[in-house]
Amino acid sequence: MLLAVAFLLAAGLYALSSGSAGIPLGKIVPIFREGRGSPEFTILLEIRLPRILLGFAIGGALSLAGVILQGMFRNPLVEPYTLGISGGAALGAALCIVSGINRLFPDFAMPLFGFLGAFVVILPLYLTNIRRGSLNTDGLLLTGVMISFISSSLVTLILALSRSEHLQSIVFWIMGSLEEPSWALILIVAFVSLLCLALSYLFSLDMNALSLGEEEAAHLGIDVERTKKVLFLLAAALTGISVSVAGIIGFVGLVVPHFTRMIAGYDHRTLLILSFITGAGFLIFCDTLARTIISPVELPVGVITGILGGSLFVYALGKRLRAGQTGVS
Amino acid sequence: MIEIRHFTGGYGSKVILNDIDLDVNRGEFVGIIGPNGSGKTTLVRAIVRLLRTFGGTIRFEGKDIRQMGFKELAKRVAVVSQNPPVMAMTVKEYVLLGRVPHYGKLQLFETEADIRIAERSMMLTDTLAFKNRYISETSGGEIQLALIARALTQEPALLILDEPTAHLDITHQVSVLDLIRRLNRELGLTVLIVLHDLNLASEYCDRIVLMDGGRIRKTGRPEEVLNYKDIEEVYRTVVVVEKNPLSLKPFVLIVPEEVKKRCER
Repeated sequence: MLLAVAFLLAAGLYALSSGSAGIPLGKIVPIFREGRGSPEFTILLEIRLPRILLGFAIGGALSLAGVILQGMFRNPLVEPYTLGISGGAALGAALCIVSGINRLFPDFAMPLFGFLGAFVVILPLYLTNIRRGSLNTDGLLLTGVMISFISSSLVTLILALSRSEHLQSIVFWIMGSLEEPSWALILIVAFVSLLCLALSYLFSLDMNALSLGEEEAAHLGIDVERTKKVLFLLAAALTGISVSVAGIIGFVGLVVPHFTRMIAGYDHRTLLILSFITGAGFLIFCDTLARTIISPVELPVGVITGILGGSLFVYALGKRLRAGQTGVS
Repeated sequence: MIEIRHFTGGYGSKVILNDIDLDVNRGEFVGIIGPNGSGKTTLVRAIVRLLRTFGGTIRFEGKDIRQMGFKELAKRVAVVSQNPPVMAMTVKEYVLLGRVPHYGKLQLFETEADIRIAERSMMLTDTLAFKNRYISETSGGEIQLALIARALTQEPALLILDEPTAHLDITHQVSVLDLIRRLNRELGLTVLIVLHDLNLASEYCDRIVLMDGGRIRKTGRPEEVLNYKDIEEVYRTVVVVEKNPLSLKPFVLIVPEEVKKRCER
């Protein structure tokens, strides 16, 4: 736990100090003390800090959603995007760009459409898999994957039909970025993801019981159906809001939960917080790399999380296979 | 303790249990036997509300179970099912999960008292010695004991077990059933147990429920239920029923086809 916090702080400081204008770590405190006025202060407070905060909120939200879903489905390969929510959001955003609405309300149109897209997906996903008050988890997974395919085909269709300037903004949006001009939106995301962390924490014991299987959890007095519904909605909200603000940043929600599970074991009482913190640190770190690696050109952060996360995943899996373990740890 | 009256239930729209009538009294040790698919496990699941009710009632301590929450039920009824907990969890952590039904609404962490109760049930089940081992590192017999320890940690009045001796050798079969019998006699725990092995059921149960095709065929003491006529009809196979010379309980012997043919000639 301490290690994870240290990682988060280190990632935050690294992110503050590096960029196209390098600011040494030692100078950060004096700059803040001097206050407004210096160009460095502006860079730190108005460019880097918002990104770090957004990275914190979204990295945390995505890996929290990942832990929740992996626990709920008892499947280590499930991630927030498996459910098709990201696909819905991408579709919403693509429609927003093509229709030109994003130029009418530059700050809020994209997140709003993204969120609407996500919501439009969540609703049928939830409704088609509920029978007599019981949520069918296998069905949820399959429907989610299918919805992902459908929406990505539709996005491809839009891409094929759209003009080149639209094409680029859609592609960039889909690849994901932590660049977000609106402070208000950043604060909303941070608030929602921390709120979801608190809410899901109340269900940490239920998740521990659920990891024994739904029937076993019921034997331990857990209201399995209610728990599954709450968890699904929490994960959906976390994913929806992340994707609608930052686009589709892959792998955070898959690799980080998997990794923390390997290190911290099964107990969701530590796992939830640990994943949130690690995910936050991981995304901040990846974003800093994306900004600086071939500066001044900025890479999409999804590229870095994909490469770094993917390699980590393969490494972790290999190590685990050698240790002879399979399935959800 | 349990009163089942004209209960009909199943999954979805499928009826599996048909017009079940059964009483289990406080302190009894009741076994459920019957062929594969006769509804033994389903009956056990019905008692903990995992089945859809089409008709009739199941009462536990006088209360309709449909009016009880899962949590309320889990404080009084513990189930040792056939699902093995394959996880990176130590035996102690697993046993402590048995306290979950007793936690308060916002309680997430165990108290000293909870740990004491878990330690006690591990002592009763001889699992203390390997409490820090991971479940994945324990043997089949040890897992079975850990499952019972977790169930005891719930401090139930009724212990339901679904084939706790499946996959165990005779040493472990006897030690597990001896343990359950001791818990029944010494702690006054009511036991409802599904058993495949007719002879184990005969040796350990006060009363046996014989099921066939989702109905109860016969209920009674082992010597009443385990007669060749009922067993042959329900299991559709030829058997010989003898008496265990030491316990004087009925003992069911199977007869292979070859032997059967030889006898017919």
